[in-house]
Amino acid sequence: MIDFTPTDEQQALIDNIRRFVQEEIIPLEADMDPDAAELPREDFDRLRGMAKEMGLFGLDIPEEFGGPGLNVMTQTLLAAEMTKHRGGLYSPCYGVFGGAGLAQLYGATDYQKEKYLHPTLRGETHGFFALSEPSGGSDPARAIQTKAVRDGDEWVLNGTKLWISGADRASYGVVFTRTGEGRAGITCFIVDTDTPGFQVRRVVHTMRSAHYATELTFEDARVPDKNRLGEVGMGFAIANDRLSAQRIPYSAQCLGVAEVAHQMAVEYSKDRTTFGKPLAARGGIQWMFVDNEMDLRSARMHVLAAAAKADAGEPFRVEAAIAKIAATEAAGRVVDRAIQVHGALGVSKDLPLERWYRELRIRRIGEGPTEVQKMIVARDLLGKIAV
Amino acid sequence: MSDVGGLGLKKAWQELNEVNIGRLSGCLGVFEIATTDDEILQIGYAGGRSLFGLRGCVGDVAAEHAGESLQFRTESNMQYISRWKELLMVHLAENGAMPSWNPPSDIDVIGRLGGRQKGQS
Repeated sequence: MIDFTPTDEQQALIDNIRRFVQEEIIPLEADMDPDAAELPREDFDRLRGMAKEMGLFGLDIPEEFGGPGLNVMTQTLLAAEMTKHRGGLYSPCYGVFGGAGLAQLYGATDYQKEKYLHPTLRGETHGFFALSEPSGGSDPARAIQTKAVRDGDEWVLNGTKLWISGADRASYGVVFTRTGEGRAGITCFIVDTDTPGFQVRRVVHTMRSAHYATELTFEDARVPDKNRLGEVGMGFAIANDRLSAQRIPYSAQCLGVAEVAHQMAVEYSKDRTTFGKPLAARGGIQWMFVDNEMDLRSARMHVLAAAAKADAGEPFRVEAAIAKIAATEAAGRVVDRAIQVHGALGVSKDLPLERWYRELRIRRIGEGPTEVQKMIVARDLLGKIAV
Repeated sequence: MSDVGGLGLKKAWQELNEVNIGRLSGCLGVFEIATTDDEILQIGYAGGRSLFGLRGCVGDVAAEHAGESLQFRTESNMQYISRWKELLMVHLAENGAMPSWNPPSDIDVIGRLGGRQKGQS
């Protein structure tokens, strides 16, 4: 059996993050709106400064770009820990630890790194990632209809992107366009949001409340060729390479909130009495907890196994897909059971469970829905006959 | 000015008085406060920690501005934060400024609808 016990160094980082969440983040949430996704500015600045002093800023930034160069396993363990608060699933520690930015930019030109990547890693600017369109997001090789046509030293972009996070507050975006047929016909560009012809057309409201997606339009938006990211026709590979890697910490985040939900339910069941007995004495409740344990333990193994494979330098696309299915589906079930144990309190905004329930539902769709992950695994098992 | 019409609140204004506030539900949602000339002064929301939801929040504004002739309108909405941000963005795009009663820091939490001018933040 593979031993996933954290190393001393990993455990020290986990303990630091756990203490930070408990002592700095959760107390602030007591006074924030239950759906809030941002800290008040003064708290954000104070905690970001504290994170930098503690050496916790930019933990997922690769070493070559000034980060600590943590391996995937460590990043995965920390991702699970950072989400263990009310807003944690989509706003781990409300962003005070900074972030790796858009990993697609790691392969950018020196000019692009200087203008876009480095300011992003310093936390000075934001970018958005625009792959999905009204025609779909899971099958970009076929779904992308936004066209880029070369005109001298520029490209002219026309089309619409949908379900794009953060575009209304970004200064640039990584945009995937069609320049030819099929997979070899996707090309990626970095588009400044002050480009004439680029518009954030509307906000798309979802179950997340404080977070929203946006719809973007490109109408004869002219982008210089020096803003092309990668070679012409290589956009699909740029998108795909990073999506698999991102699925591992994405899965771990789901486990973080599910573990807390499970702990909350267990504790509540010991205190809450019905018909003369604590809930914990009821078989129906006990079995829910057993199901939670099985869900959480098996999902955790899948997530860590994927991280270990990635760190070993082996192909991990199938393992990342299984981790994504296992973690997102299990976390949804665990939080659902935790709500059931809490009764009416579970669906109230007095507790974070209802927020996690809504947000976890989206996780089964985001970053590639469960069914697409199953296609990845099935194709690996069956080969061409499954296509 | 950007073309973001159709995204704002379209409901009829009501006079900000005790009777109309008393008819409001305690639901979560968003609200707008305006002068009798329809100039929007404040865009707010009744969130998950509000006492008595929209009724409480609009009532608080009325109490703070007792004696002033004002109007209000509301929308019950579980997505109250994203809807609030959307209304602020629409207002900013259409008027070039935030509602005068909203705290200046509100501009830090919203994005921008429509296009940006070169160099505009």
